[in-house]
Amino acid sequence: MTIVLPILLPMGMGALSLLLWKRPLAQRVLAVVSCAALVGVNAWLLMDVQQVGVRVVQIGNWLAPFGISLVVDVLSALLLLTVAVIALVVTLYGQVGIDEGRVRSGYYPLLHFLLMGVNGALSTGDLFNLYVWFEVLLMASFVLIALGGGRENIEGAVKYVVLNLLASTLFLSGVGLLYNLAGTLNMADLARQLPTLQALNQVTLVAILFLIAFGIKAAAFPLFFWLPASYHTPPVTVTALFSGLLTKVGVYALLRTFTLLFVQDVAFTHTVLLVMAGATMVSGVLGAAAQTDFRRLLSFHIISQIGYPLMGLGLFTQASLAAAIYFLVHVMLAKTALFLVAGMVERLQGTFDLKKLGGLYTRRLDVAVLFLLPALSLAGLPPLSGFFAKLGLVKAGLAQGQGVLVFVSLAVSLMTLYSMTKVWNEAFWKESPAQLMPTRSLSPWLWLPTAALVLLSLWIGLLPGPLFALANQAAELLLHPELYVRAVLGGVP
Amino acid sequence: MNKPRRVLQRSMMLPVATRYLMPLLLLFSVFLLLRGHNEVGGGFIGGLVAASALMLYAIAESPAALRALLPVAPRPLVGAGLLLALLSGLVAVASGKPFMTGLWIKTPLPVLGKLGTPLLFDVGVYFLVIGIVLWILLTLAED
Amino acid sequence: MTLLLAIAAGVLFAAGIYMVLRRSLLKILIGLLLLGYAVNLLLFNSAVLVPGRPPLIPAGQDQPPAVYADPLAQALILTAIVISFGVTAFVVVLFRKAYAVVDSDDLNDMRCTDLPCLDELPGKRSEQ
Repeated sequence: MTIVLPILLPMGMGALSLLLWKRPLAQRVLAVVSCAALVGVNAWLLMDVQQVGVRVVQIGNWLAPFGISLVVDVLSALLLLTVAVIALVVTLYGQVGIDEGRVRSGYYPLLHFLLMGVNGALSTGDLFNLYVWFEVLLMASFVLIALGGGRENIEGAVKYVVLNLLASTLFLSGVGLLYNLAGTLNMADLARQLPTLQALNQVTLVAILFLIAFGIKAAAFPLFFWLPASYHTPPVTVTALFSGLLTKVGVYALLRTFTLLFVQDVAFTHTVLLVMAGATMVSGVLGAAAQTDFRRLLSFHIISQIGYPLMGLGLFTQASLAAAIYFLVHVMLAKTALFLVAGMVERLQGTFDLKKLGGLYTRRLDVAVLFLLPALSLAGLPPLSGFFAKLGLVKAGLAQGQGVLVFVSLAVSLMTLYSMTKVWNEAFWKESPAQLMPTRSLSPWLWLPTAALVLLSLWIGLLPGPLFALANQAAELLLHPELYVRAVLGGVP
Repeated sequence: MNKPRRVLQRSMMLPVATRYLMPLLLLFSVFLLLRGHNEVGGGFIGGLVAASALMLYAIAESPAALRALLPVAPRPLVGAGLLLALLSGLVAVASGKPFMTGLWIKTPLPVLGKLGTPLLFDVGVYFLVIGIVLWILLTLAED
Repeated sequence: MTLLLAIAAGVLFAAGIYMVLRRSLLKILIGLLLLGYAVNLLLFNSAVLVPGRPPLIPAGQDQPPAVYADPLAQALILTAIVISFGVTAFVVVLFRKAYAVVDSDDLNDMRCTDLPCLDELPGKRSEQ
């Protein structure tokens, strides 16, 4: 039952929010309560799964592989908890960050349905069901991006929608071809069937289809163009939520399918992943270097950071997978915090344009510190969380003899540092431009959640032990799919 | 795109036909809903038929007339349908079975047939579909 | 029959991709629809076609006949159709709104997200 709750809770709350359509205040309160409950449920789930390894529920009591199984292993549970924490922080921030008009046009029901989709995608054990959850979260995100209806919103939404629908089409084609090959869509059953098939080429072809589809959703090279075109158009609260959740679900799907299903031709598929990882890091960070808009710069960094977990997946050892999972949690927290800070800066000075910003260091030291910590963490400076994540990846890369990629990843870290220094110089350090609007006051609704998130990010950096242990356990499960298969299929022959 | 539309003479054919068609179609939609579990039909298709019956009224009269006719607005209908579907799954949990396990009342009733949580789920879907389709189409029609 | 369906799906894919690559929003919409149909046909074809043998257990027996049609693929298509129904409704509204806001359905006129919008003048078309 517990593992259905992360889906049911947002679903019920979304339905309730629809019933409370005309009462924005009730919706706001409901959202906070619901997200707090979600954090509790998912934390409990993580503790439970940590003991057992894998938890399974057969929906409707239809036995796997005939029914739909919900499967939560350590990786899923860890990401579920991170998602819930981000959702709670963003919802608190959104009490001020989301304007009344957006609430009146359905922001909160959409938020709940987005969370339902994300949680569903993280906990399903069936490929077609994964497609359905992806569509649920995409539909919610489509509308969230287009809400507001300004020219930028609409144009961003057009690009976002078309490319993501193409990705869904490819994903569904892959599902169809896989069904034709193996006659099942249950992931555990597929993991058992695929090695016995005498059809290596077809399976690899399907793997590449999935790689392209999830690559678009994760914004990996060369399929990331929708992200910088759309992520800076909605209010920063929505962007923070998207940056924490959406692309990361794509990465999760890659992690799941390329450890459980497509492991027959590792020499080919995972090499492709490595190349993609390197190119993603470089192209993202180079794109960011050219930006002078706070949000657009951060959007390009989302792309760049996607490369690191892909690198961990491509290396395909326990150490590299553990580092990738640790990195994923780190980047979800740090990136969301950075976007929230960008929103605070905009509140203070009325613009996202780095050229027009300035002088925040002397006026708002607190905001400057809130920016600096996740920014340096993103760049990978010790003793922050990004350092340990990248250290793990570098060590794993060197152990696998991937010197070039390690060099690329380190160079990209330096570039990230350059980018963050640029923001620091422009927005915080330099003298404020003369024509600047007077610094406005800042609501504690913005300040406190962001500070909490930064503290959390600091905590997993200063005390990386517990999280690394969890990531290690998750990686071990990923490398031993037979445990997953046995948990789902049980005694089914 | 904001050119004034030409005012057409309203035809009597559609309103008169709708007066008979709409109740029939609504009845048919309930028929589809109830026979759904084992035969062709179900909540989704029943909801679509019901929604198209209502939209027929909106086309024949006006979207505003349909809004006046509906006892509940489309949006709460979506929420209520979703909650109903959710509850139907939770009944099984309350009796210790996995989520959404179908539970049935043993003795079939006349007209309704066998009752069970899948029927409750279908009823939820029925209202959900009516709500969503009307929401989309009325928004488009009133724009 | 399988071959025929495969060819049909392929033609639909080709047509869909061609339409998606156009600049007009309306044609992109048609392209997305065609791609959706193509995938549905692909799914339909992914289960081996067995005409005339429904997956039903005959009265008085407790096992289905040895060869029967696979109902799962059709359930998948049904779900995919429902999803594409919802998505299409949204895309139509979005594109209509885009046409109203930008006053053009040409993607070349939708550059505000990547370049600073220098000319906010409605109706101003880019030089070809």
